[in-house]
Amino acid sequence: MAYFSNDLPGPVPGLDDREFWEQCQQRRLMFQRCIDCGKVRHPPAPGCKACGSFESDCVEAGDDAELFSYTVVHHAAHEAVRGSVPYNIAIVRYPALDDVRIVSNVIDVASDDLRIGMPLSLVWEKAGNGLLVPRYSRAVGK
Amino acid sequence: MTEIREAAKGARAACIVGLGESEYRRWGGFTDRSELELACEAIKLAVSDAGLTLSDIDGLSSYAGDANEPSYIQDVLGLPELRFTSMVWGGGGTGSCGPLLHAALAVESGVANAVVVFRALCQGQSRRYGQFNPARPGNNFIAPFGMFSPPNMIAPLIQRYMHEFGIRQEHLGEVAVSNRANAARNPRAVMGQRPLDMETYLASRIIASPLRLYDCCQENDGACAVVITRMERARDLPRRPVRIIAAAQGTNAGWGTGALGAHNMPVEEYGVGNGGKVAKELFAAAGLAPSDIDVAQIYDHFSGLVLMSLENYGFCEKGGAGDFVEKGNIRWDGGSLPINTSGGHLSEAYIHGMNLVVEGARQMRGESTSQVDEAKLCLVTGGLAGPPTSAAILGAA
Repeated sequence: MAYFSNDLPGPVPGLDDREFWEQCQQRRLMFQRCIDCGKVRHPPAPGCKACGSFESDCVEAGDDAELFSYTVVHHAAHEAVRGSVPYNIAIVRYPALDDVRIVSNVIDVASDDLRIGMPLSLVWEKAGNGLLVPRYSRAVGK
Repeated sequence: MTEIREAAKGARAACIVGLGESEYRRWGGFTDRSELELACEAIKLAVSDAGLTLSDIDGLSSYAGDANEPSYIQDVLGLPELRFTSMVWGGGGTGSCGPLLHAALAVESGVANAVVVFRALCQGQSRRYGQFNPARPGNNFIAPFGMFSPPNMIAPLIQRYMHEFGIRQEHLGEVAVSNRANAARNPRAVMGQRPLDMETYLASRIIASPLRLYDCCQENDGACAVVITRMERARDLPRRPVRIIAAAQGTNAGWGTGALGAHNMPVEEYGVGNGGKVAKELFAAAGLAPSDIDVAQIYDHFSGLVLMSLENYGFCEKGGAGDFVEKGNIRWDGGSLPINTSGGHLSEAYIHGMNLVVEGARQMRGESTSQVDEAKLCLVTGGLAGPPTSAAILGAA
């Protein structure tokens, strides 16, 4: 069962982030990386905030995701999550990729068991509009 | 006391000479008057308080995309000349002290003679800030993950802050309880008649952990305004002028949309805040130190960000704000730095920081309902965690 109902807004790719979402549809989490200075960034943007360069390629996320911070939401701020509360929002960090972070959810850990620093594994779920989005589960064997 | 560089500007130095406020109500509270009418009402009251006439006003400045454009206001109020208008971009009240900088630059340079800084906010007539905003840029990276409202966005920062520095729930609660105690003395405060103690705070429902109900600001409707002109003009006006000793806007680098976006601010500043740069520039411009400040209005969208602000603006060490508030330092009765003496956003009203500017000026005129004795210098801050941020140091004349 998906973490949220299908009524939740899904991503609507635009000019700056369509490549990111296209990769997601192939189950690949790819972050932009500056060709000139090598800095990894997220969310996708036309330029590098470290050096201003417009030249970038992509780098795939590894398996070293960790829970950097989180909140457990009890008050629904959108009709679509009235049936989901309490749910968590996770800030997931990739230490090997310049500490780039992604806002997501940990789908299989009870609220009280969430711990800052816990290792996580990437999983893919369909959002309500049918696009695959990255979510996380407890990393097995770590 | 340290040298105050603003004194070098002498007669041309900018000062606040008038204050105006509509009534403050909970969101949706105004169904008989439009937001535009409330904006104009607050401006009219501020001009009258200043002892000026509307034809003296030749500048308007606001922030946060205020919907009441100067051209509308010019027509509603019949302003004959509008030489200067400006807007500080940025979400929420992060830029609330920025227009003080703009207005001061305008009047000191002679581009304008009297500028009104205003903010009108009727969440009942536009949208509730505590609910999903489908127009927010960057929604793709937060909305599909259930991050919709400011409490959702700010809570992870405060969670990390508490984790890194051993800040406790009671430390957050002290901000809420202290603000509420100040609101009880303020007849304008929307929450003034509802006492709050720590036990009630700790028993309140969780909105987004670690934020409980009373950690989050209210959603309100209302408007307020201040009139800014040169000291040479202020000398002939009825009110005690309030000096704008320094004002600054900006952010630490690399914050992007900060907590209102994909949370990729510099990792070492995640649970710290983005106000350090503005704080440094503000105190340098004023030639003052944090220890010189007598009273402060700290932007309180969320209690935990007040604690971070106390650290960013140098009133305590990084991670030291929990201990600082636990010792009673922010209390009106006997604290070393009374804060949010009107009740702030948590308990007076949330008019995006403009009501904090008004209260800061009131303290410098000696007219607060929680007046700090002998207060000569007041810090006012705007926002934290969603760039820009802004701040001003006001002084008693």
